[in-house]
Amino acid sequence: MTMAEGDLAVTEFRFVQSQYLTAQPPPARMTGALAWVRANLLSTPFNIALTVVVLALVVWILYGVIGFLLVDAVWTGSDRTACLMSTVHHEVGACWPFVKDRLAYFTYGSYPIPQRWRVDLFFALLAVGVGWLLWLRAPRRDLGMVYFFIVLPVVSFILLHGFAAIGLPVVDTVLWGGVLVTIVLASVGIVVSLPIGIVLALGRRSRMPIVRFSSSVFIEFVRGVPLITVLFMASVMLPLFVPQQYEPDKLLRAMIGIALFASAYMAEVVRAGLQAIPKGQYEGAMAVGLNYPLMMRFIILPQALRVTIPNIVNTYIGLFKDTSLVTIIGIFDLLNTVEVSRVDPKWATPVTSTTGYAVAAMFYLVFCYGMSRYARATEARLRQGDKR
Amino acid sequence: MTMTIQRNAVGKPARLSNPVAVDIVKLNKWFGSFHVLRDIDLRVMGGERIVICGPSGSGKSTMIRCINRLEEHQSGRIVVDGVELTNDLKKVDEVRREVGMVFQHFNLFPHLTVLENCTLAPIWVRKMPKQQAEEIALHYLERVKIPEQANKYPGQLSGGQQQRVAIARALCMSPKIMLFDEPTSALDPEMVKEVLDTMVSLAEDGMTMLCVTHEMGFAREVANRIVFMDEGQIVESNAPEAFFNHPEHARTKLFLSQILR
Repeated sequence: MTMAEGDLAVTEFRFVQSQYLTAQPPPARMTGALAWVRANLLSTPFNIALTVVVLALVVWILYGVIGFLLVDAVWTGSDRTACLMSTVHHEVGACWPFVKDRLAYFTYGSYPIPQRWRVDLFFALLAVGVGWLLWLRAPRRDLGMVYFFIVLPVVSFILLHGFAAIGLPVVDTVLWGGVLVTIVLASVGIVVSLPIGIVLALGRRSRMPIVRFSSSVFIEFVRGVPLITVLFMASVMLPLFVPQQYEPDKLLRAMIGIALFASAYMAEVVRAGLQAIPKGQYEGAMAVGLNYPLMMRFIILPQALRVTIPNIVNTYIGLFKDTSLVTIIGIFDLLNTVEVSRVDPKWATPVTSTTGYAVAAMFYLVFCYGMSRYARATEARLRQGDKR
Repeated sequence: MTMTIQRNAVGKPARLSNPVAVDIVKLNKWFGSFHVLRDIDLRVMGGERIVICGPSGSGKSTMIRCINRLEEHQSGRIVVDGVELTNDLKKVDEVRREVGMVFQHFNLFPHLTVLENCTLAPIWVRKMPKQQAEEIALHYLERVKIPEQANKYPGQLSGGQQQRVAIARALCMSPKIMLFDEPTSALDPEMVKEVLDTMVSLAEDGMTMLCVTHEMGFAREVANRIVFMDEGQIVESNAPEAFFNHPEHARTKLFLSQILR
């Protein structure tokens, strides 16, 4: 009996793996398009209902949008009569001849027609610069940086504003308008806000109380005030304090207002990124002998900015759209040119406003979605390094 | 010609300018109102290998972190190879250039490759040409037995490999003194040996080392002096043989009886 118990114990506990198991592919149910649909769209009754409702919603919206923009749209004509129901005898969609007629105004504002090549050249130079910086395998990206941050601003200013000595007549910024103003305001804001934001963020984390205090005050003050207020102050209150001959250009004032406003937001975004960097990274950098500027430049900021790319781009997108607020201080950005055109008696019809706004919406959407997509691609690329 | 210069640069540890590597005199430090280091006196001669042990919270990590000023002290003197650590940032940078450190959690730079981790400081702090820095880095990566990982990122390596990269990274600055802050505590058991082997070979080359570690086998084999700390002070210090076989202080005896079973 005791022997039997002993045998039992041995057979129960003794185990030696005779051969290692090799890895097998997963069962077929887990892969394939049909499996995906079943798992993600039709898994439960609630999920099925949700799928149906959302599909119906998408169809309904697409039907309306395509109907207005394409099917019912008016494509030719020379004035408002082309886009009236009494002319086309069915429901009127978008009034494209209006857009065609006003496209130059949407793009250049009141920039003198013989000088508009300068704006075109500016767009081209800007596109080259953006492409050079964003295309990661582009040759000599270091030169691209110099071009974008030093050459381009100077050249653009001379080109757009004019420089009588070299035969470019001065074009007052009052005449600038449309996409030109939107792009100029947004690019200045985008280019200026990141470096200033980084400096402010570092200042706010500084060990020196004065630096920390002034950074905090600036950030909190600017963030605590609506952009509209900043713009009003720049355009209405500043002239009260500064003699008229020294008064800076209105567009320049708006530019500075937007850039500083964006910088304060950027500072908080960057600070959040800095806070996400573990203390060990600072210690590792200090221990190999890197001083503060080297540590920030090579170790801390690259990692902090990487984790904040989504937020940086989010701020950029907000900034890009916020430029439309300059409308209220009488600067003719894209939205304001649309606003002016839509009430033009030559084109005023029930669909003109909708058409104009649709164009503006598409413009903003294309740029903002572009930024968003690029940011996603950058994130994916940078994540490669962290892959295990 | 250049080859011979490099041989010299990467062979033996860099020479100290003084016979005393680290001189700590009456060191006191507080975290807020907590007195973490109390009247520490420790003189480390060039080429010495010192193991610092003690219960957790005894201040051993804090003490060696004071040596390259990752922690500031409030009173007392720390002189590292003739340079006294004060608020003077130039002096601090000077000391950090000459003192290598290895951390419990490696603290490698995850966004840089292994090679870039090793060459960054030589290139930017020592102003070394990139090519030379890479040659030296590869030499040390070979020495810690992972030259084939040079172009990977730290996240792709095992813990033991990462810690060996961290050692190579410190060595690339040709330090005169190496500090180890529990270098094996965060490693899986199977990886401890590869790191300890690297440290042993470093000691054999005559490197001045201060190691906070719980690896008593390593302490016995490599250290020429063991320092036992408790409650922010040095309680006992002795040669390993005497320390392990004839501990004198009651706290030391208790500690050893806890860890050596």
